[in-house]
Amino acid sequence: MKTGHEIADAIASKRLSALEAAEAALANAQSLEGELHAYIRLTPERARAQARAIDARLKQGERLGPLAGVPVAVKDIFCVSGEITTAGSKILENFRAPYSATVVRKLDEAGAVIIGKTNMDEFAMGSSCENSAFFKTRNPWDTTRVPGGSSGGSASTVGAGTVPIGLGTDTGGSIREPAAFCNIVGVKPTYGRVSRYGMIAFASSLDQAGPMTADVRDAAQTLAVIAGHDPMDSTSVDVPVDDYVSALRSDLRGTRVGIVTEFEEQIGRSDPALAALYKAAYADLQRLGAQLVDVALPHARYGLATYYLIAPAECSSNLARYDGARYGLRVEGDGDVYSMFERTRAAGFGDEVKRRIILGTYALSAGYYDAYYVRAQKIRTLIKRDFDEAFARCDVIACPAVSCPAFELGAKTQDPVAMYLMDYFTIPMSLAGVPALSVPAGYVSGLPVGLQIVAPAFEESRMLGVAHAYEQATRHAWAQTPRVAQRAGSAS
Amino acid sequence: MSGQTGVQTEESYEAVIGLEVHVELSTQSKMFCGCRNEFGAQPNTLVCPVCLGMPGTLPVVNRRAVEFLCKTGLALGCTVAARSKFDRKNYFYPDMPKNYQISQYDMPLTTGGAVQLPSGRLVRLNRIHLEEDTGKNIHAGASMAASDHTLIDYNRAGVPLMEIVTEPDLSTPEQAEEYLGQLKIVLSYLGVSDVKMHEGSLRCDANVSIRLTGETRLGTKAEVKNMNSFRSVVRALHFEIERQQAAVRNGERIVQETRNWDETRGVTYSTRSKEQAHDYRYFPDPDLVPLTIEPSTIERWRLEMPELPLAKRARFVRDLGLSDYEAGILTEERSTADFFEAVAAAAKEPKQAANWMLGDVRRCLEKHSLTLASSPMKPQQLADLILSVTSGKVSGKVAKEICEVVVAEGADPLAVIEQRGLAQVTDAGAIKQIVADVLARNGDSVASYKSGKVKALEFLVGQVMKASRGKANIEIVRAMLLEQLG
Repeated sequence: MKTGHEIADAIASKRLSALEAAEAALANAQSLEGELHAYIRLTPERARAQARAIDARLKQGERLGPLAGVPVAVKDIFCVSGEITTAGSKILENFRAPYSATVVRKLDEAGAVIIGKTNMDEFAMGSSCENSAFFKTRNPWDTTRVPGGSSGGSASTVGAGTVPIGLGTDTGGSIREPAAFCNIVGVKPTYGRVSRYGMIAFASSLDQAGPMTADVRDAAQTLAVIAGHDPMDSTSVDVPVDDYVSALRSDLRGTRVGIVTEFEEQIGRSDPALAALYKAAYADLQRLGAQLVDVALPHARYGLATYYLIAPAECSSNLARYDGARYGLRVEGDGDVYSMFERTRAAGFGDEVKRRIILGTYALSAGYYDAYYVRAQKIRTLIKRDFDEAFARCDVIACPAVSCPAFELGAKTQDPVAMYLMDYFTIPMSLAGVPALSVPAGYVSGLPVGLQIVAPAFEESRMLGVAHAYEQATRHAWAQTPRVAQRAGSAS
Repeated sequence: MSGQTGVQTEESYEAVIGLEVHVELSTQSKMFCGCRNEFGAQPNTLVCPVCLGMPGTLPVVNRRAVEFLCKTGLALGCTVAARSKFDRKNYFYPDMPKNYQISQYDMPLTTGGAVQLPSGRLVRLNRIHLEEDTGKNIHAGASMAASDHTLIDYNRAGVPLMEIVTEPDLSTPEQAEEYLGQLKIVLSYLGVSDVKMHEGSLRCDANVSIRLTGETRLGTKAEVKNMNSFRSVVRALHFEIERQQAAVRNGERIVQETRNWDETRGVTYSTRSKEQAHDYRYFPDPDLVPLTIEPSTIERWRLEMPELPLAKRARFVRDLGLSDYEAGILTEERSTADFFEAVAAAAKEPKQAANWMLGDVRRCLEKHSLTLASSPMKPQQLADLILSVTSGKVSGKVAKEICEVVVAEGADPLAVIEQRGLAQVTDAGAIKQIVADVLARNGDSVASYKSGKVKALEFLVGQVMKASRGKANIEIVRAMLLEQLG
């Protein structure tokens, strides 16, 4: 048993209890934790209490939510009332959230059982999960390699088969890249599709929560649960939520799939083997009935530079609240409040977070604001326009999710720019606010990679429909088994 | 009036003053969360994850605060922006939970407008924008210097605050005071704020510079803060203008800086120079979407606006026959004006209503340490009292006595007249009897009147009134005596 819908069916038909499912997931997580380090904290008491409540309600004959009894893992960036929520940072190491994020509340209401909070790059800043203040999470396909980031913990535990569904956040690729590295489905919804309330902010205009799941159906079901307007988040949009599960398709007849000329040139130069894999994926789409059309994203090449002005600028302000005065870490100063602030922040933040706060503070400073921040916003508009023009010629875009498979731990930690380049193919969609996902696309030297499907804003149904047809026709995710899962002899 | 008392020295410098007034809006809830907006509660009881800046929280705009601000703008002749936005003002300060303040930088809700001072000057407004208030630092210990720790009360954090910024159109401290007074009247009319300076719901900063009279360029300004009453605004501005003039006379240059007013010492002192000025790194708040206001909404707000003090004052003069002085006092507070109008309408005697309110009612209120709001008196009661005088039911003298119980106890004047038998006697038969008795008992006075001492008549009138315990109609008494005395 692997997917969430299979577990939900088994529970609904009483072949499995929610408590059994939770216990199995907890036991599996514990047995793999020594190798994967996927969880900052497991939450067994909360999980068991919720599972028992689900079982009791099922016994009463109540009709429960679509995820009733399904074990899930949430990135430690989401506040869960009463639980420690760290965002992977020392500065929040002791922060117990006094409220739950809207998406957590929605998962609870749908009957999902949260078994733990997963590891992440500190404040979601990173592409390898190595920037966690606590420990480095490993890739279940090769534990000498990174799981990707920043939602590395969720990707690793779903990839290992411990839970079928994880929750991540994506600011510039933080769901899609780790999903690709761990052979799972990862969805970054349209900006405004999912509430950000209770999700610790990195870059407010880019952050989106999304599902990281065993298959496309689970992604569709989870997105249907967490999507929707939230009065607590002014940037969440009041657009009806489609029935994503019903929109899943098995062929692609009549669908125009855009292939991005600039991206194909880029991947052809950087990794010919991977380029060939993606070419094969496009051919699979064609075989399913899709019509391939060339589209251009001429400003996408400025995505990285644009992103590394906007995201740090927002983060420099968002992270100002961590000062030791009200919650979290406090390092006493010498008698005055500002030295307390300085020492707390110096001790509480890691290097990458500090680097981005400094970058952002600089970009917003008087005299530089117009040259950096305002200019970056203008380019962001141009990138958005590129997508509008591309979608005038196609229904969805198919492109690489990553420029290489999972790399070795430590391979890029000394070179921030090489690390930033990991998000080359995912950042433009974040800047444009359009939905994008990564779906397993096969293996390079035994390591999984993902195909990215991109749709116009609020066209998640179309995007998931295409991904489902591709997934069911190719079944790449099921072709091989991750090494840790083989050794643990569990999960599937 | 105050306009003529300009601070001018022998070298003939004039002061240029612009004011930034912060007004806490009296909405039910805070600016960006659902916490109650209330003064004086136990510290840190009116807080939630949002206004404490907890990780993951997001602001949601209080539409009512937007409405309050825009109505203020409409009342002051400002232009309401169809599109505006919120920005973050970034600086570290422990009473600010997020270490940034959500404010408005380059697209405020309103621009332009003006306040007409009764003394004649027109004070143009630059803008009015919306922001959130900060919490309050409370330095523990006997004094700031002796304090070893600081407590923070976040009840005020996130209270909606509007900042009204003038052009540098004021030239004396007295004009500044007059401007604040006018602003206060308008704000309380609109019901958008408590406007209590001592509770901090109205706070004022001043930009002050001096220049040679006739010079058109602005001098270097100092920003004066921490003035907590109208009186301290006047004192602080006087001090600051004189300080700058003395400095210039001594050949010093004025530096751009922030200066705090020290109420006890009566001086301003420098707290921050231009070089130390914050770079607030303003940028649009990505947690909030731009604010759009439909023209139809603005029109609706315009229709909902109450009649404003100056218009009301003019109408009281034009339609109700009041003097400008009377109309001015009666329109200072909306509740007073409303009370007056109710009395005037019920008594159908606006002039009498004004006389009573500015005369006996005011006297009785003062005597009993009451205000119109705290007195139990209803407009109808005062109207009944006025009507009982105009109809001749009671004498003016008796009415003044009844007024006191009406003001102090909210007594029904008609019931008081009834119970105490105070109704004026106008029945000629009853008066005739008393007159006959008085004439019979005062033969001497009758004789002296007849011998030409006209003053004796007043004595006899007094005797009749006394015998009637003040209730006899004095006109009838006088006429009857004259008739009897032939």
